[in-house]
Amino acid sequence: MSDQGSFRLSPERAAERVAYSISLRKRREKRFLFLGKFAVAVALGFLVLLFAGILSKGIPGLFQHYVTLDVQLDAERLDPSGQRTIESLADGDFDGVVRDALYEVLGGPTGRKAKRQARKLISSGSGQRLMQHVLDNPDQMGSTVALQFAVDDDVDTFLRGLISRDTPEADRRVSDQMISYIDLLQAEGRISYEISDYLFFGSASRDAEMAGIRGALVGSILTLLVCIVIAFPLGVATAVYLEEMAPKNRFTEIIEININNLAAVPSVVFGIMGLAIFIVIFGMPRSIPLVGGIVLALMTLPTIIISSRASIRAVPPSIRDAALGVGASKMQTITHHVLPLAMPGMLTGTIIGMAQALGETAPLLMIGMVAFIVDVPSGVTDPGTVLPVQIFMWADFAERMFIQKTSAAIIVLLAFLISMNAAAILLRKKLERRW
Amino acid sequence: MFVRIATAAALAVVLSSPTVARDYISIAGSSTVLPFATIVAERLGRGANQKTPVVESGGSSVGKKGVCDGIGTEFIDIGNASSRMKTAELEYCEKNGVKLTEIKVGYDGIVVANSKNGTPLKISLANLGKALTAEVAIGGKMVPNPYKKWSDIDPSLPDAAIRVYGPPTTSGTRASYAEIVNEKAYCKKDADAKAALKASGKKAKTCRAMRTDGAYVEAGEQDNLIVQKLQEDTNAYGIFGFSYLDQNSDTLQGAELSGVVPTFDAIAAGKYKASRALYFYVKHQHVGVVPGIEAYMTEWTKHWGDDGILADAGMIPMPDAERDEMADRMKNRPVLVAADLK
Repeated sequence: MSDQGSFRLSPERAAERVAYSISLRKRREKRFLFLGKFAVAVALGFLVLLFAGILSKGIPGLFQHYVTLDVQLDAERLDPSGQRTIESLADGDFDGVVRDALYEVLGGPTGRKAKRQARKLISSGSGQRLMQHVLDNPDQMGSTVALQFAVDDDVDTFLRGLISRDTPEADRRVSDQMISYIDLLQAEGRISYEISDYLFFGSASRDAEMAGIRGALVGSILTLLVCIVIAFPLGVATAVYLEEMAPKNRFTEIIEININNLAAVPSVVFGIMGLAIFIVIFGMPRSIPLVGGIVLALMTLPTIIISSRASIRAVPPSIRDAALGVGASKMQTITHHVLPLAMPGMLTGTIIGMAQALGETAPLLMIGMVAFIVDVPSGVTDPGTVLPVQIFMWADFAERMFIQKTSAAIIVLLAFLISMNAAAILLRKKLERRW
Repeated sequence: MFVRIATAAALAVVLSSPTVARDYISIAGSSTVLPFATIVAERLGRGANQKTPVVESGGSSVGKKGVCDGIGTEFIDIGNASSRMKTAELEYCEKNGVKLTEIKVGYDGIVVANSKNGTPLKISLANLGKALTAEVAIGGKMVPNPYKKWSDIDPSLPDAAIRVYGPPTTSGTRASYAEIVNEKAYCKKDADAKAALKASGKKAKTCRAMRTDGAYVEAGEQDNLIVQKLQEDTNAYGIFGFSYLDQNSDTLQGAELSGVVPTFDAIAAGKYKASRALYFYVKHQHVGVVPGIEAYMTEWTKHWGDDGILADAGMIPMPDAERDEMADRMKNRPVLVAADLK
């Protein structure tokens, strides 16, 4: 320590130290790499778990059991006044006709109790289904046709093997008598397991076998339409003004900060505002996609504004200078050059905002769209609900078949979301310009 | 150009709409009444010329407050509730000039259940109260609940840790459970508890608090989640509505409370004490303005019988006499006044 020479390292020592520090650095690098890979693996693992869980439960939910019955389309019974219109068919005894077809297959159950057990096999919507068939095929009146009817949800659960035959009769929702009927129908090959048409073409129902997502899907589309019609032009206009025209002063700074603040406001707050303004002050009805769309538009506005501003900023100033240089006005510069070039980024931001709006339920709670709504909305002022709400409601119903239906609806929602994101990526790929 | 047209279209959509009249019934309230109200609503909508009523959830308090918020189509027409209206809630109604008729539609049992693979529970209501209320009487004082195992309360009970999944504070099921079991069966009946409450100057109402030390687990508003948990965790018990036990009777067993097993018949006969009435409140000023309210009420009478679809879904029907009385109320629509609630 005392003499100077000891401060100088011998070449061997120096090489050793360098080698040591290099190996240390390499080890750190490896650890860093490992952490990164680990994080990705964890994220992917959760994603796989999520998808495996949803798909394994949901794919069975896309199917359901049907029973084929030979139905006599007796004009006397189905259409007493013979006009073949919805009004005259409403008086027809469709339920009775389906029931008779069922009794015949089962060998004519006698007694009130046996008939009641037989009736419990098929969905309570079978009469309606027959009526729809007659409306679609009026020329078949008078003949006998083989039609498929959904089985009751308890029978479906039993056919899936989720209710064991070994449990005592009192403890299961399918009686011995019903099981013997089901065996009879299966022996005759009348029971089939097919893609559920109710799931895609049916609307909300408390009968699990008839429940479908059509109403919610249409509601979601209507809500998003209103949302995009309001949010996109407003968002783009705001972004253009703030980026291209607004003077940089205190006032615009405050606006900027508040747009960013707005992006962080919890979505349920927008719902409360929607209730207070659109329903209470403007007197719009509850539960309509119009109000839902407006509320969601306010929610997605900041997302659209922020992404639009970023993409306008990404347009090189040389483009503007060139346009101005050849004599274009400010507005021509914006509409002819800046906007077309910024459009892909704006659209991407908008689609991501819409995807976010598609998954929201909290703001819709206050304005009455978290509700059980059977009729499919035919316009933005008809009551409607949205897909995530439908999933939420199904998850809470006691009937067991709703468990599979819930997962099936989640699959549809995910497919919707993934296709929206895919559209965003495609748009960007297609329209993007690089300098 | 596109931007201008789109903005104009958006403005047109927004400005043209406020005059839309509502031609469908709007209902909100208790999530316990919801499954039954939706069944009735759906059946009503299957008939010709009648839009299906819209049924929102939200809880009993949302139903009772919402129907009283005011008159006009921006407010709901009917409020569902699984607990009766209180005088304070009715005062809010009267303040807003809303006249109501109260209709009782049936009963719902609250069950304590576990997996069929677990130990069946046979317990008195008072002991059940001791197991889950936040404070119990020991040595003449109210102390934080010390019981870890069921057998600590009574040696005849299972030698297993107390772990019960149940609904959170926002739920009507929880409110009714706490009132029936904790307050009425334990704090107001048990001699030690009464003395200890008196000594500490506390009201029996304070017993409604559930313990928060992990023995009672709040499992969210969704009863289905509790049902799924019980199927996995055979040592745990769950508190939920009877309809969920009814739908899962092959995997779950209901606990025998004070000697009564929760069956459809026992609840209907009033022998099973943990049950409450289900109501809906109709706003007079909307009858005749919003089409179909009378038809909706009549639709209930078609399905609320012993053989009806509501009974299949797990609602406990009222005795005949009560059903007749309620059907009369639907026709005459007597205004609910504070004196009725006493």
